[in-house]
Amino acid sequence: MDLFDFKDGREGYYGEYGGTFLPEILHTTIEELTVAFRNAKEDPSFWQEFIQLLQSYSGRPTPITHLENLSEKLGGAQIYLKREDLNHTGSHKINNVMGQGLLVKRMGKKRVIAETGAGQHGYATATMAAKFGFESKIYMGAVDVARQRPNVFWMENMGSEVVAVTDGQQTLKDAINECLRDWVTNMDNTHYVLGTACGPHPFPEMVSWFQSVIGREAREQMLDVTGQLPSKIFACVGGGSNAIGLFQGFMEDTDVQLIGCEAGGFGPGKGNHAARLAYKDASVGVAQGMKTYFLQNDDGNMLETHSVAAGLDYIGVNPILVHLWEQERVRFEAVTDIEVTEALKMTMRSEGIIPALESSHAFAQAIKEAPSMEKDEIILINTSGRGDKDIFTIADAIGDDHWKRFISQKAAEYES
Amino acid sequence: MNLNSYIEERKRALANSDRTALIMTHVVCGYPSFEDNWKELEIMAEYGVDLVELQFPFSEPSADGPLFVKANQEAIANGVNVEDCFAFMEKVSSHFPFKVIMMGYYNTVFKTGHGTFLERLKAAGGVGFILPDLPVEEAGELHQIANQLDLAPIVLMTPTNSDERLIRLAEAADGFIYTVARKGVTGSNTEMNQEVGGFIERCKTVTSLPLAVGFGVSNKYDIDFIGEHADIAVIGTAALKAWESSRESGLREFFNQLLN
Repeated sequence: MDLFDFKDGREGYYGEYGGTFLPEILHTTIEELTVAFRNAKEDPSFWQEFIQLLQSYSGRPTPITHLENLSEKLGGAQIYLKREDLNHTGSHKINNVMGQGLLVKRMGKKRVIAETGAGQHGYATATMAAKFGFESKIYMGAVDVARQRPNVFWMENMGSEVVAVTDGQQTLKDAINECLRDWVTNMDNTHYVLGTACGPHPFPEMVSWFQSVIGREAREQMLDVTGQLPSKIFACVGGGSNAIGLFQGFMEDTDVQLIGCEAGGFGPGKGNHAARLAYKDASVGVAQGMKTYFLQNDDGNMLETHSVAAGLDYIGVNPILVHLWEQERVRFEAVTDIEVTEALKMTMRSEGIIPALESSHAFAQAIKEAPSMEKDEIILINTSGRGDKDIFTIADAIGDDHWKRFISQKAAEYES
Repeated sequence: MNLNSYIEERKRALANSDRTALIMTHVVCGYPSFEDNWKELEIMAEYGVDLVELQFPFSEPSADGPLFVKANQEAIANGVNVEDCFAFMEKVSSHFPFKVIMMGYYNTVFKTGHGTFLERLKAAGGVGFILPDLPVEEAGELHQIANQLDLAPIVLMTPTNSDERLIRLAEAADGFIYTVARKGVTGSNTEMNQEVGGFIERCKTVTSLPLAVGFGVSNKYDIDFIGEHADIAVIGTAALKAWESSRESGLREFFNQLLN
């Protein structure tokens, strides 16, 4: 199944989802981007350059790790991880960003802008901009700036300007709106480095293409290491770029179950979570450049969302994944904040690995399903990012008194 | 009377006045309140405004500048919904002499349903609609229904469009063309200059529809400039700024310097 063969359908559509819904002023810009992307995609030397860059700069290929202790403890399937957390900058975001960076070089633009939620994409973009010598501006919701200061610190120190967006809910979606406003003004010299497989065509396709490196590696590695394909693959879904990246490697393997894990937050009910497909609170709409499922009210205005993980706290979802969900190729599940924290603790204690809160959603769902599987079955989880960045949130969730004391002392030092 | 005939009639009236362009103003429904909207509209009617855009608030107004973003958000926070906007539109269109156009984002229309939305727009006395995030490729069905209901789909033309694209846009348009004088979001300043004039002339080569010029109109010079090159001057952010600074007196003062 070639997801990106638009011959029978409309360009940029996956079933009924996707498309390009942008102000007319960006029509030419997005057309130019589509042409540049098509040329790059058809040019084998581009992909080669991309892979070499990721090898030398980001440490690809990222390894596969067998979680023997956790598998033993749960008593069911053997659990393996794809270690995107071991990338430079600590998450899979770097794959997409480096790819778009090479494309920006090809297009001859000098300035990049990006939205960021958890800060991982902003952090990766700041890194790329520093490396390629682009001017960069990162838009981040003020609420996210408050909960992800360490990432903001690094972005600023790598030379990016970080703008705290105070509109709307002051989270990821508002940062995207602000990027679109910047782009309609500065499109001549500026590329918008969208961070997830959402937004107007060609972004879902482009981001999926760059992230497909995860799935290509993982399939080969699993066959090498275990001699078989996994029965189930779990990935967290905010916008959905790490999930589509990994899933693409196994699209033809119809016996492999693909499971997208969304932010269940406090549980079902409008405003409590960011689960677009696993819960029944979302409906089809058009916003942020695309047609997909959104958490919205009957008037089409977006609802508040909640998740312990800033990177999953998003109103919309990757249109390609929606299409695959309708075709029953991908199953969607939601995991609550409490389940996520428990899964994270269990993983740290039993394996010495700290997944990001986002990635911990996939761990939590895998931990639920592993015990009822056979011992010779295999689970693969995408560890999309590492959890060090979440130290403030995780410390709060765990209620760590030593950490609280440290922060109070530090605050006192700064105040004196 | 549909939008095309109305504009023709207003243009004839304009020829016998000392005003140089038709005037279209903008109000965000329910911001700061429907009562305030009404007072603004009374003043606009007093100054002989020809057309008014009633913006239906949306939570993601990505083509709007800071002032209208705030207006959209606060209106929604105050509980303004689509139902309220149509009710208000009906009241406005039956009371005032100017014609009313719906402005908003496509999701509002999509969620209500194409047919239902346009029937309600018609019933509320609207004569057309502007949806800045709906590209013409996606507008086929909606425009077809609009055509059946004699509602004008207003299409935007921008300086970044190729001539080929402008022709495509012209084919989809009715009522008038909303020409965007410059890049950027609503409410930033535009210097009405040769470049803007050149762009408007380019639009004229592809359409015989009247042309409205938007984005950053704030003084009499702008109006005269638009009158010389096009047909309708669009006044958005500047009027809301005037209202925010000192309500009735601010808005009257603004229109005085703009139109007299």
